[in-house]
Amino acid sequence: MYQTTYHRASSVDEAASLFGKSSEAKFLAGGQTLLPVMKQRLASPSDVIDLGKIRELQGVELSGDTLTIKAATTYHDIMQNADVKKAIPAIVHLTSVLGDPAVRYRGTIGGSIANNDPAADYPAALLALGATVKTNKRSIAADDFFKGLFTTALEDGEIITAISFPVPAKAGYEKMRHPASRFALTGVFVAQTKAGEVRVAATGASQSGVMRVGAIEAALKSNWSPSAIDNVSISANGLLADIHGTAEYRANLVKVLAQRAVAAAG
Amino acid sequence: MGVEGIGARVVRKEDKRFITGKGRYVDDIKLQGMTHAHFIRSPHAHAKVKGIDSSAALKMPGVVAVLTGQEIVNDKVGNLICGWAITSKDGSPMKMGAWPAMAPETVRFVGQAVAVVIADSKNLARDAAEAVVVDYEELPAVADVHAAIKAGAPQLHPEAPGNQVYDWVLGDEAAVDAAFAKAANVVKLDVTNNRLAPNAMEPRAAIADYDAAEEHFTLYTTSQNPHVARLVLSAFYNIAPEHKLRVIAPDVGGGFGSKIFIYPEEMVALWASKKVGRPVKWTGDRTEAFLTDAHGRDHVTHAEMAFDASNKITGFKVKTYANFGAYMSLFSSSVPTYLYATLLSGQYNIPAIHAEVIGVYTNTTPVDAYRGAGRPEASYLVERLMETAARQLKVDPAALRRANFITQFPHQTPVIMAYDTGDFNASLDAAMKAIDYAGFPARKAQAKSQGKLRGIGVSCYIEACGIAPSKAVGSLGAGVGLWESAEVRVNPVGTIEILTGSHSHGQGHETTFCQLVADRLGVPISQVSIVHGDTDKVQFGMGTYGSRSAAVGLTAILKAMEKMESKAKKIAAHALEASEADIVIENGEFKVTGTDKAIALPMVALAAYTAHNLPDGMEPGLKESAFYDPSNFTFPAGAYICELEVDAGTGKTTFVNFVAADDFGRLINPMIVEGQVHGGLAQGIGQALLEHAIYDANGQPVTASFMDYAMPRAEDLPSFNLSHTTTLCPGNPLGIKGCGEAGAIGASAAVINAITDAIGKNNLEMPATPDRVWRTIHAA
Repeated sequence: MYQTTYHRASSVDEAASLFGKSSEAKFLAGGQTLLPVMKQRLASPSDVIDLGKIRELQGVELSGDTLTIKAATTYHDIMQNADVKKAIPAIVHLTSVLGDPAVRYRGTIGGSIANNDPAADYPAALLALGATVKTNKRSIAADDFFKGLFTTALEDGEIITAISFPVPAKAGYEKMRHPASRFALTGVFVAQTKAGEVRVAATGASQSGVMRVGAIEAALKSNWSPSAIDNVSISANGLLADIHGTAEYRANLVKVLAQRAVAAAG
Repeated sequence: MGVEGIGARVVRKEDKRFITGKGRYVDDIKLQGMTHAHFIRSPHAHAKVKGIDSSAALKMPGVVAVLTGQEIVNDKVGNLICGWAITSKDGSPMKMGAWPAMAPETVRFVGQAVAVVIADSKNLARDAAEAVVVDYEELPAVADVHAAIKAGAPQLHPEAPGNQVYDWVLGDEAAVDAAFAKAANVVKLDVTNNRLAPNAMEPRAAIADYDAAEEHFTLYTTSQNPHVARLVLSAFYNIAPEHKLRVIAPDVGGGFGSKIFIYPEEMVALWASKKVGRPVKWTGDRTEAFLTDAHGRDHVTHAEMAFDASNKITGFKVKTYANFGAYMSLFSSSVPTYLYATLLSGQYNIPAIHAEVIGVYTNTTPVDAYRGAGRPEASYLVERLMETAARQLKVDPAALRRANFITQFPHQTPVIMAYDTGDFNASLDAAMKAIDYAGFPARKAQAKSQGKLRGIGVSCYIEACGIAPSKAVGSLGAGVGLWESAEVRVNPVGTIEILTGSHSHGQGHETTFCQLVADRLGVPISQVSIVHGDTDKVQFGMGTYGSRSAAVGLTAILKAMEKMESKAKKIAAHALEASEADIVIENGEFKVTGTDKAIALPMVALAAYTAHNLPDGMEPGLKESAFYDPSNFTFPAGAYICELEVDAGTGKTTFVNFVAADDFGRLINPMIVEGQVHGGLAQGIGQALLEHAIYDANGQPVTASFMDYAMPRAEDLPSFNLSHTTTLCPGNPLGIKGCGEAGAIGASAAVINAITDAIGKNNLEMPATPDRVWRTIHAA
């Protein structure tokens, strides 16, 4: 790791102010991506601004049909939270198959979506559930937030404060875990909103990062059942291929995991 | 068996310090004035080193020196050696490409060191390393064995035309050809044994400390065999004469073979310590472990087996290409030859076997012994072939094996090995009973009704452990003897120190070796300590690998104990005014049999050291040593059966049951044996399902971190169902065969046989990743 200056911010405003004063600052949440990258000397921020101890970024609120998870809430705390369990149990399941216990004790939902790894789990949940990303400057719909590999709509220095999810009628997540990293080799999140809209998002599959799967959405819209997807064909074009999975395999996973996620959603 | 004697499930003495973080590993050691080394490693698989500019680095803070490959060559530090000479079928010796500790002219694999920065701290060394400019001229590279032997392939070494190390043969080719000519059926199989990265929990590390006044070196290193390290460093690498070089291997966090070898980093640390006049420490990181720890396996094989009309095997021919990587590591040459082809008879009566092994250089990390070393490759091949044969001949796989089992011992195979004892039917019976083999068809049908593909796979392995005797291995080309030494020191107050040439790096010697003493003397193991891993404390010994520590190392302790006990009995008899023949040892006392006369061990020991009243002519003291050279290999064997389900939609494998029935001869501590089997099975299953060290066509490693290289996790493994059937090894007095590698040797074939049974297709390479299994299911 190169020399850096560490700051522990006590408020979002302080964090934003510190960022403005630094030449090449990075925000640190759970550190599950940034710290390994820094240790490998692949990142050399002049300043690291720790958001992890900011009280206003912690916790979960359930208000009517909206579940709000503050950005620096750890995966572990999300999994344990009674409101999450009650409102969107699919998020609890997603979190339980994310990384390993050590990652879940440190990693945060805000950190995950800000990084937008193409194989991260949470982007699929946000996209399928039609969540809204709240920042210190604005609100961004999930459809507008994820902009491709490791790229988001966030502006320089903008801080995610919370993610709000409309509580769905039904939701499910199924994942084939990457055998080494435990990211999603492919993961599919399916949701049916209370208004009857069907949204399906796949992660770990596309070369462009998390994506909606229109063909499956259309099939489920007319018939919310696993068999509705039987005749859907997913193209391997544009899908990721590596030593752990060919593009054709990932295309198959998008379909099979969607079917299983629908079955899990009930 | 006492509560702490042989056969007792004694909790490990060493675990208190390991579990509480009090282990003392090389990286925990800090010496006064210590510097830190950071190696500059080639990012290219094959390149000329045109120049190294360290001028900017030398001006950076805390930098002590930047040393290059040319300097280590100039100082006449020897090239790395390969200690087992193999002769090709045309009579020529194997072709050794020169391997300097740092490359002066040519790099041949990604990660090979070209220079080292020595600085006041690890970080300063790393900072400075980034300022060293190495001018490389890239050369074409080759990573695949078949590509490497093609005409026009990039050539690695001028000493080895066609990238061929050797073309070695074993067995009677004419007899095999005759068998095939008469065969009723021939079964053919092509298999790849995937390359593995060993990944001990503790990365390799070294601290070298040169004392200019004494002209003496001390090396702390992560070694499985510190005496062999000293011998090689002294005799071949010109570091220092043996009496001027102390090698200490303290607590070592796993080896699996990868820490047998003497690596460039230790050589450079020693040489650099003398050059800079300060201690030099190097601790590898995980990436360096992936790039530079000797890999394992990497065979490509075509095999054919001939059967007569009654399904008896009549002949077996094997052609294997072994990928050695860019250089011949210390014992690499023996792995695909004498540790592989000699086991091709498996558990079966095969009248004629012929094996040809072609060793090949490629621009990849060197390959050497890794848990099992040659025997997993042999066992996997034989057991995949038996399963394939059963499917082709349409007979039950277990029945086909039984029909061909060796049942008479000793048994001379056509490939050198003489099996001393075993009962292969007994272990297969035990495994089949444990898994309810007879009930499998019903379970398969039941699973099918629920949309699951269920399969069962058998693997009946045999291996050769305790590599020995020295005279025999010498005749096969080994550069070392393969015996072990021990010393028993009874202290004046009766506590006991056992000094052993074996080295414990996870095996639990500090417990099991004490159990032998407890068994013989009836003293608690708390009164016994094990000393190992320091060439200044322990007499020359050979170290730990090849599941040899109990069969060879513990027997050496037994021999020393017998000498010590004989002397102690004389002292006791003298003190008790009895005949030596009437003295028996019980519960820590020397008793006159049939009487209540006794003298406790501490009093015997005290008598030995006060020497006030010893038998006439007896030397004072109570300390004996022994060197033990076995009469033969030992032959652990067993039957593994795996039952699993494959998800046709995703190709994912889920274990239903895994049973292992092993014959290890006598067990010293069944709990530790179970731990060894668990670990071995994890590595065997890891090879079957997950692990693969992959290079692209240009020799760039694709799996150089745990983000890409899939190590087995607990959740990837079933709960193992273990049992033992026992035939005592006649080759050593304790009847021990060895248990350290069996799991890694036998497991992978059981898994692949089960998956291929489940999916109804026989051709499936390791690792059987979900993607690969899914594609195999859906292939036309």
